Amino acid sequence: MLRYTSRRILQMIPVLLGTTLLIYAMVFAMPGDPVTALFGDKPVNENVADQIRAEYNLDEPFIVQYLLFLKGIFVGDFGITFSGRPVIDIIARVFPTTIKLAFMALIIEMVLGVAVGVMAGIRKGKLFDSTVLMLSLVVIAIPTFVLGFVGQFVFGIELGWFPATARDASIGSLLMPAVVLAGVSLAYVIRLTRTSIVENLSADHVRTAKAKGLSGSRVTTVHVLRNSLIPVVTFLGADLGTLMGGAIVTEYIFAVDGVGSALYDAILRSEGTTVVSIVTLLVVVYIFANLLVDLLYAVLDPRIRYA
Amino acid sequence: MTGDANQTVDEAATAETGPLLQISDLEVGFKTQNGMVSAVRGANLSVYPGQTVAIVGESGSGKSTLAHTIVNLLPDNGRIRRGSIRFRDQEVTQFSKRRMAALRGSSIGLVPQDPMSNLNPLWRVGFQIKETLKANNIATGKAADKRVRELLAEAGLPNAEERARQFPHEFSGGMLQRSLIAMGLAARPDLLIADEPTSALDVTVQHQILNHLDGLTSELNVAVLLITHDLGLAAERAEHLAVMYKGRIVESGPALDILQDPQHPYTQRLVHSAPSLASRRLESEHQHIQVSDPSAAATETTDGATSRDAAPGATSTDTVLEAEHLVKSFPIRGDFGQKSTDFKAVDDVSFSLQRGTTMALVGESGSGKSTVAQITLRLLRPTSGRVLFDGEDISPLASKELLRLRRKVQPIFQNPYGTLDPMYSIYRTIEEPLRTHGIGNQKQRRQKIKDLLEKVAMPASTVNRYPNELSGGQRQRIAIARALALDPEVVVCDEAVSALDVLVQDQILNLLNDLQGEFGLSYLFISHDLAVVRQIADDVLVMRHGQLVEAASTDEVFGNPQQQYTRDLLESIPGGHIPLGNTA
Amino acid sequence: MPDTSIPRATRAGQQRYVAPLDETPLQGVDAVSNESDGSSLWKDAFRSLIRQPLFIISGLLILLILVVVAFPWLFTSADPTYCTLDNSLAEPRAGHPLGFNQQGCDIYARVIYGAQASVMVGAFTTLGVVIIGGIIGAVAGFYGGWIDALLSRIMDIFFALPFVLAAIVVLQLVRDSITVWHIIGVLAAFGWTQIARITRGAVISTKNSDFVTASTAVGASPLKNLVRHVLPNAIAPVIVTATVSLGIYIVAEATLSYLGLGLPSTIVSWGADIASAQTLIRTNPEALFFPAAALAVTVLSFIMMGDAVRDALDPKARTR
Ligand SMILES: Nc1ncnc2c1ncn2[C@@H]1O[C@H](COP(=O)(O)OP(=O)(O)OP(=O)(O)O)[C@@H](O)[C@H]1O
Ligand SMILES: [Mg+2]
Repeated sequence: MLRYTSRRILQMIPVLLGTTLLIYAMVFAMPGDPVTALFGDKPVNENVADQIRAEYNLDEPFIVQYLLFLKGIFVGDFGITFSGRPVIDIIARVFPTTIKLAFMALIIEMVLGVAVGVMAGIRKGKLFDSTVLMLSLVVIAIPTFVLGFVGQFVFGIELGWFPATARDASIGSLLMPAVVLAGVSLAYVIRLTRTSIVENLSADHVRTAKAKGLSGSRVTTVHVLRNSLIPVVTFLGADLGTLMGGAIVTEYIFAVDGVGSALYDAILRSEGTTVVSIVTLLVVVYIFANLLVDLLYAVLDPRIRYA
Repeated sequence: MTGDANQTVDEAATAETGPLLQISDLEVGFKTQNGMVSAVRGANLSVYPGQTVAIVGESGSGKSTLAHTIVNLLPDNGRIRRGSIRFRDQEVTQFSKRRMAALRGSSIGLVPQDPMSNLNPLWRVGFQIKETLKANNIATGKAADKRVRELLAEAGLPNAEERARQFPHEFSGGMLQRSLIAMGLAARPDLLIADEPTSALDVTVQHQILNHLDGLTSELNVAVLLITHDLGLAAERAEHLAVMYKGRIVESGPALDILQDPQHPYTQRLVHSAPSLASRRLESEHQHIQVSDPSAAATETTDGATSRDAAPGATSTDTVLEAEHLVKSFPIRGDFGQKSTDFKAVDDVSFSLQRGTTMALVGESGSGKSTVAQITLRLLRPTSGRVLFDGEDISPLASKELLRLRRKVQPIFQNPYGTLDPMYSIYRTIEEPLRTHGIGNQKQRRQKIKDLLEKVAMPASTVNRYPNELSGGQRQRIAIARALALDPEVVVCDEAVSALDVLVQDQILNLLNDLQGEFGLSYLFISHDLAVVRQIADDVLVMRHGQLVEAASTDEVFGNPQQQYTRDLLESIPGGHIPLGNTA
Repeated sequence: MPDTSIPRATRAGQQRYVAPLDETPLQGVDAVSNESDGSSLWKDAFRSLIRQPLFIISGLLILLILVVVAFPWLFTSADPTYCTLDNSLAEPRAGHPLGFNQQGCDIYARVIYGAQASVMVGAFTTLGVVIIGGIIGAVAGFYGGWIDALLSRIMDIFFALPFVLAAIVVLQLVRDSITVWHIIGVLAAFGWTQIARITRGAVISTKNSDFVTASTAVGASPLKNLVRHVLPNAIAPVIVTATVSLGIYIVAEATLSYLGLGLPSTIVSWGADIASAQTLIRTNPEALFFPAAALAVTVLSFIMMGDAVRDALDPKARTR
């Protein structure tokens, strides 16, 4: 197990390097000169501009800039924005909010998704099952942003059940965004759970469990549920990373001051350092979530042996 | 059961008591896309307390369906459409869910068919047995743990304490089977339904497990409904026999009566071609080979030529394939990666195959048979040693020469469902070797394919079919046609008939025999089934743990085995001791 | 050893019984049935497909959508790009059944003409993804070893980047001159990993089957095996995923448009129309509803189709 874990962590290094390099290259290629942009309408003072460039290493070749950036990351220095704010401040401000939002979405997926999925699976072929299946497809088909602003309008503005925006990032105001964020994944969780339950219900070992004289409820809980939930847990774990990176649209609609909004702003303002730093962190979260899922898998399924 | 004296006593004692289980006029169907399909039709069957009754039939005849119906565990789309099932004079088809659950385990135990899929992979074996004890109110807590160990030990698992704490994937097939037997008997049922409790196990293990089951059930006076596809096994173990064919019980009665005097044509067929019984009348079968193939008979006389120290020079004209000191080792990664040990799958194996004869390679699973096959086909390279084809070392061959070798040596595999590309029509399947070697033009190839199909007794209309429309035996015949397309000299049959029903198996064996006679083919015939080997082989190699333990002519191996291991194998053939009437 | 000389008293229900032969006529051993004449897995799958309502509905819808894409003028005579503020939010009238949006464009005409961009992005992105992902996945799965290790790491790298996010960053580079091809290129460049993983898995699971070994034993080269045997057998899961993804890419395109990084305003696009109608949700919900509904129905058709195809190609239903 320890060996496996360390091997996995070693494997993460090239992925991390590759991803940051990729994103760095893309940001590097962004049009416009952020330095000249700083001067706004004022005439550009070339001397000052060169000074700024040197300060931000913008006069170095691409690969050197990348390596300097990596070095910074290693010592926890994410650099500073052009307006002079340390990027770490932005990160410290937005990450907690998005983590909160993502976890709320994850809990919704977990509770609602698994419950509905199990009920549908047990009632395979019945009205409830086909309705759920159809509805889940519809949810997948409607773009998140439409769900988002229609939900915001109906529940936030017309009915007034929730705050329409979530700038304060309180649990109550994040509830609506969390539901929207969870939306598509929720549909996937339901379908996955249902398929898994249906498959396991007709498994040979479940029949054998019944043949032993176990009661129906015991067979369901001990032999069907546990087996069915393994792929669901895997999906949920991997989804945490996706939720955090995918929150851009939801945060944009609900004006949540989170990672997505900060990133979107930074992209629009060509704030390379901020974009690269945030994306790097997101990728780290994503990769670690996946590692955790793999390890969890080994705990849940004794057949998996990581030597 | 083996203890016959006991049974006569039993019979006297229970003569007036009614049957434990009585099935009458049972009709079971499955709802499918094509409407209702009957799987069991009008079945009648009685089982008396303490008695062993066997149901025999080919795959798909409805044996498992019948078994599952008794405990009301049909799949969702299964329905009882007619008839009654009475257990201890109560109609179980009318039972409520709760009553049925109470009946299961404690009154009727089930040992399911496939050991690999019938234990929950996520729970320890001990836990799954303990569950049975709890559900049937037999023991809880510490007492249950103790009982679990006793049950496992009783089922013949050594180290029961440790085994109980292991997961199913840590068990071998035989151990899983034993655990399932322990589970089925845990609540001391009056009736045990054992669905193919030993299929897919090596003969020696099969023998042990059946003996164990026999011992346990007669000791506990449990009635057994034994389901099997093996007539010899059924006759050896049961006193009453029911033969199923296409959902119907076509013949039933005392086991030996049926065996010695089969009345229904289907039963007659079965008795006639059951390989386990055929060892009685193998002489005729064997002579058939020799008569139809004089060259085989001629080489047969070079008695010791098949043993390890075959001298290539003397018989080189007759030796088509020769293996010299083959060794194949696979690296196994050690637990902590430091020590990667080598596992010798094949360890110094030498043999020579005479032209026009069949050399059988027998052994239990894991003994290295298939590795030898792959090396002779040059799909795998030996670690050391070499294979000679017509006196020429095959390992340095490349491109053109390799293609030439490929024409001469062709394989037939075990699993009929994996052997044909599901995307290819039969025509394309058989055409592929011809195309690859650029043989003939379109028209000639079409003619050749027609001929080949005729040889394997498939109608010419099959060319447009796809594998998914054919049965296992038919697919195997197509695989034979494909192998013969290049007019090979050697065919390597890796368990080529093992996955087939007895009758189909018999058919394919006869086909292989005929083709050998017609084209002077040489077979390297790999099988774990000695009974089958007896029917087709001229020489036998017995492998164990990668090594050859015995190499001699078939008659010698069967008549006068030199090694204890070989004797054990022969002993274990089910039904080998049953005195048959005059069926031969 | 049983001694047969002792006669047994047969018990009730266990007398010797032989079924009358006419009840179960004996068939030849393993006789070949002549009922059907050749049906491949695809034909079989198709046969079970056309019995599925899900397939019929989604198939008809997709057909309709394709006709709309190819011949939009059959459905409306109005010009979707003819917009005057005189018509801003005007009520429906003859020839303009759904009325006008804020810019004064005919909503119905825009819904009809908007199909082109969406379907084009969906279809070409899927094509690109299948080509890139298919080749990379097949090569990785078939050759294994260090090639597989390298390609798998590259897959990981692209997979770890959030899809929409990466697209935004790249589109930002060409912000002022975005074309359909940019969007297709970006979506394909960051979307291929899923197909690659599926292809790789499918190739790995088929490359060791007996029929491939048999082909090797006949003398076929590895590359021939890959093309002739492995890929055709690995294609089913790829088709299913591709069909579903087609819908997902349409959603992605709309999302990019919504974020202001989508198609230029000269191209009629559902995503942009939805975005611009957002503020009208209270007063003129129809301006929002119709493009959104068109988008959702289109996407739904493709994912329903994928679902139906998956059921039909289910390996469990395959063997008989
Ligand atoms: N769930 C099901 N739906 C439809 N048909 C089924 C189902 N289960 C079994 N059948 C059919 O019922 C028939 C009897 O099957 P069953 O499993 O009882 O055969 P069996 O004698 O046990 O065969 P085997 O020796 O292979 O175990 C077969 O034709 C099979 O195809
Ligand atoms: Mg069965």
